[in-house]
Amino acid sequence: MATIVVHVMPKPEILDPQGKAVGAALPRLGFDQFAGVRQGKRFELIVDGEVTDEVLAKAREAAETLLSNPVIEDVVSVAIEDN
Amino acid sequence: MTARIGIVTFPGTLDDRDAARAVRLAGADAVSLFHAEPDLKNVDAIVLPGGFSYGDYLRAGALSRFSPIMEKIVDAARGGMPVLGICNGFQVLTEVHLLPGSMIKNEHLHFICRDQTLRVENADTDWTREYEAGQDIIVPLKNQDGQYVADEHTLDELEAEGRVAFRYVGWNPNGSRRDIAGVTNQRGNVVGLMPHPEHAVEHGFGPDSIEDGHAGTDGLAFFTSAISSLLATA
Repeated sequence: MATIVVHVMPKPEILDPQGKAVGAALPRLGFDQFAGVRQGKRFELIVDGEVTDEVLAKAREAAETLLSNPVIEDVVSVAIEDN
Repeated sequence: MTARIGIVTFPGTLDDRDAARAVRLAGADAVSLFHAEPDLKNVDAIVLPGGFSYGDYLRAGALSRFSPIMEKIVDAARGGMPVLGICNGFQVLTEVHLLPGSMIKNEHLHFICRDQTLRVENADTDWTREYEAGQDIIVPLKNQDGQYVADEHTLDELEAEGRVAFRYVGWNPNGSRRDIAGVTNQRGNVVGLMPHPEHAVEHGFGPDSIEDGHAGTDGLAFFTSAISSLLATA
C-alpha cells in the first residue's frame, strides 16, 4: 500500500474566512507569535500496489478536477508519502 | 400546452418541494427529476433547488456536479434550455462551469437567514423577463457558503456584458464581490442566485411586506418568466 498526499489551498487573492477566524482565535489563547493563518485541505489517496507514473498522473488529474476548484483553490502539491 | 419544468433532487436537497410548488403556482407542471437517473423526462426547463447536497462535503455542489443527470443538464443548457440554480443549485452550476465564479464561506462565517432586498439588474434572461430592469424585490436568503467570488477580470467581464443578474441592496449579507447575488450566462438561459425566490410565491407564506405579514410574492415572476420564455420560443 502506498499513499499519495494532495495539498489544496485557497488562492492567495481569495479571502480565507476560516483561516481568518482561526488567526483571530490564536492570540486569545496566548499564541501571539503568528501574523496570520491560512487554512487548506490535505487528501490522502491510498494506492493498492505501486505508484507508477501513470497512477501519479491520475492523482494530479483528480486533484485538478475534483479535489480542487481552480476558481478559488490551488493544488499546492501531489506527492508520494514515504512510509 | 402546459410547460413542464423539472426539479432535480440530489441527496441532501431541501427545497425541491417548495420549488415544485412555485412552479405549479406559476402555472406550469412540476416534474420530479432524480440525480441518479440520466433522464430529463421531456421537460422544457429545469430548476436545481437549494439545500445541502452531499452534505456540502468537499465543496458545496462539488459532488452533485458528477451526478448522472448533470451531463444531460449541461447538454440541455448548452442547447438553450432555461436552467435556474437556487442557492446550492447555483453552487452546482458554478462547479459544473455553466456559470462563472464560485461561492466560499460567508465573510462573517455565520449561517444567515433573512428577508433580503435584491435589485434585478438584468431583466432580459429567461428567468427574469417579467421583472423590470432596476426593480427591487424581497426574497428570503439562507446560507453559509454564499460569498460570491471570481477574479477581477471575470468580474469586469460580467459587468461589461450585463451578466450580473441580481445585486444585494442595502446590505451585502455575505461579502460577495461587487454585491453580486446572482449571474447569468451569455445567452440568458442559465441563471443562478443565492437567495430563494421559490420561498416568496404565495400570500401568507412569503417575506413580510410593509402592508401585511408574510405577504411577499416577489419570487413568483422567476417562474412565470420561464413559462413566457418557453411560449415565446415555442
